[in-house]
Amino acid sequence: MKKIINAVENVEEEMILGLVKSAPDKLRKLECGNVVVRARKKEGKVALISGGGSGHEPAHGGYVGEGMLDGAVAGAVFTSPTPDQIYEAIKAVATDKGVLCIVKNYTGDIMNFEMAIDMAKDEDINADYVVVNDDVAVKDSLYTTGRRGVAGTVLVHKIAGALAETGASLEEVKAVAEKVIANVRTMGMAITACTMPAAGKPGFELADDEMEIGIGIHGEPGTSRETLKPANEIADELLSRIVEDIDYTGKEVAVIINGMGGTPLMELYIVNNYVSDFLAEKGIKIYDTMVGNYMTSIEMAGFSITLLRLDDELKKLYDAKADTPALKK
Amino acid sequence: MAKGFNAVVTKLDAMAGKDIGSLLKTTGMTLVSTVGGSAGPLYGTAFMKAGAVLKDKMEIGSQELVQALEAAIGGIKMRGKATTGEKTMLDAICPAYDAMKAAVDAGEDMKQAVARAVEAARAGVEYTKTIKATKGRASYIGDRSIGHQDPGATSALYMLEVLLEQI
Repeated sequence: MKKIINAVENVEEEMILGLVKSAPDKLRKLECGNVVVRARKKEGKVALISGGGSGHEPAHGGYVGEGMLDGAVAGAVFTSPTPDQIYEAIKAVATDKGVLCIVKNYTGDIMNFEMAIDMAKDEDINADYVVVNDDVAVKDSLYTTGRRGVAGTVLVHKIAGALAETGASLEEVKAVAEKVIANVRTMGMAITACTMPAAGKPGFELADDEMEIGIGIHGEPGTSRETLKPANEIADELLSRIVEDIDYTGKEVAVIINGMGGTPLMELYIVNNYVSDFLAEKGIKIYDTMVGNYMTSIEMAGFSITLLRLDDELKKLYDAKADTPALKK
Repeated sequence: MAKGFNAVVTKLDAMAGKDIGSLLKTTGMTLVSTVGGSAGPLYGTAFMKAGAVLKDKMEIGSQELVQALEAAIGGIKMRGKATTGEKTMLDAICPAYDAMKAAVDAGEDMKQAVARAVEAARAGVEYTKTIKATKGRASYIGDRSIGHQDPGATSALYMLEVLLEQI
């Protein structure tokens, strides 16, 4: 394993400290653990929290700031944070309007957030949560844990965060978060695995001419292994799965071409070149495109495509001001 | 899991002289607050539920051990919304419980009963290699999970092995 770190056991904390030091007037770290909150606590508005394992930077700490999250909880790499850490985050940001937790659909994340929310409710904090499950690679059936939450989560942070800033109620913020979840779909692929610092070796091996389709963001293999194809064909395969899942025809969409951490921007733009043409041909209007590393899997080389179906309400919130280390509007 | 149990070990001195229920409850709470992921809440809940059954006990017999394990399984099923055959820790723990209960009912002593539980858990771990995951992160890869041993079942086996060594 070759990584630019100091010690495996300090990766998460040093990462959070470094993030906070990159925006010391806007962010602060809680003493109790790897929790990032806004330096100036929001009052009289619904507070938003997200979190999960580390390794997905800039998610989620990079999305803490005006117009997006109030707090983010970082667990160990690819491991959900513990209930007491989440509870401390909830307590630190809670206002009389309540707290909404944005949870990606993983067994561990859901259990730990549920336990933390129960603890918060015992303290009379009005806390609730939504579960993001935008990954179309996984079938949502009785035989799986359901779809994973991946890059679409960033758009939930953006839009729910924008509504929260207006002073909307917890019910309203939750409703708009669920509206985004209902309208956002993602699918990803990878050409290399990633190496968890504690594991010291890649999660799987791929030959030079192989790729994994339907990849998640935790170093696990995808849903199928295929022979590597040109970028346009890969993008076509991912897009086809997404537009099969919900009908985007005639709609406006926000697009994320998301790098998995080890993908050159050059390749992401090559992908976007095709995505843009594909959508135009299908009669899907692009409202805005984000190209970059938004929800990563350490140093994995690969990408995901996210499409969010927009209406007037969502467009307005999408465009609203955001000032966070990883996303500014 | 290593981090969690190391944290438990640091609390043992302070727990000296406490009843078995309190020991298990503290173990559970420590696991919940240090492990994270799925294993933290699942094993944490299991130890806390077992602790509730053994509240105030300074020593226990085979029947009580069976009851504690039954409560632990109930906690895991409740928290994880899981059952056997889904390639999880339950595929080691549930057969271990069945084997332990049968041995105790047949009048075997605690050491023999736990030995049977370990044997059944080991077979359960082997069984997880043959089935497809339908719970947890391994479920995302569907049929490709077949052939791999479940880490949750494996950690459950390790715990039972330690219990056997200590009786």
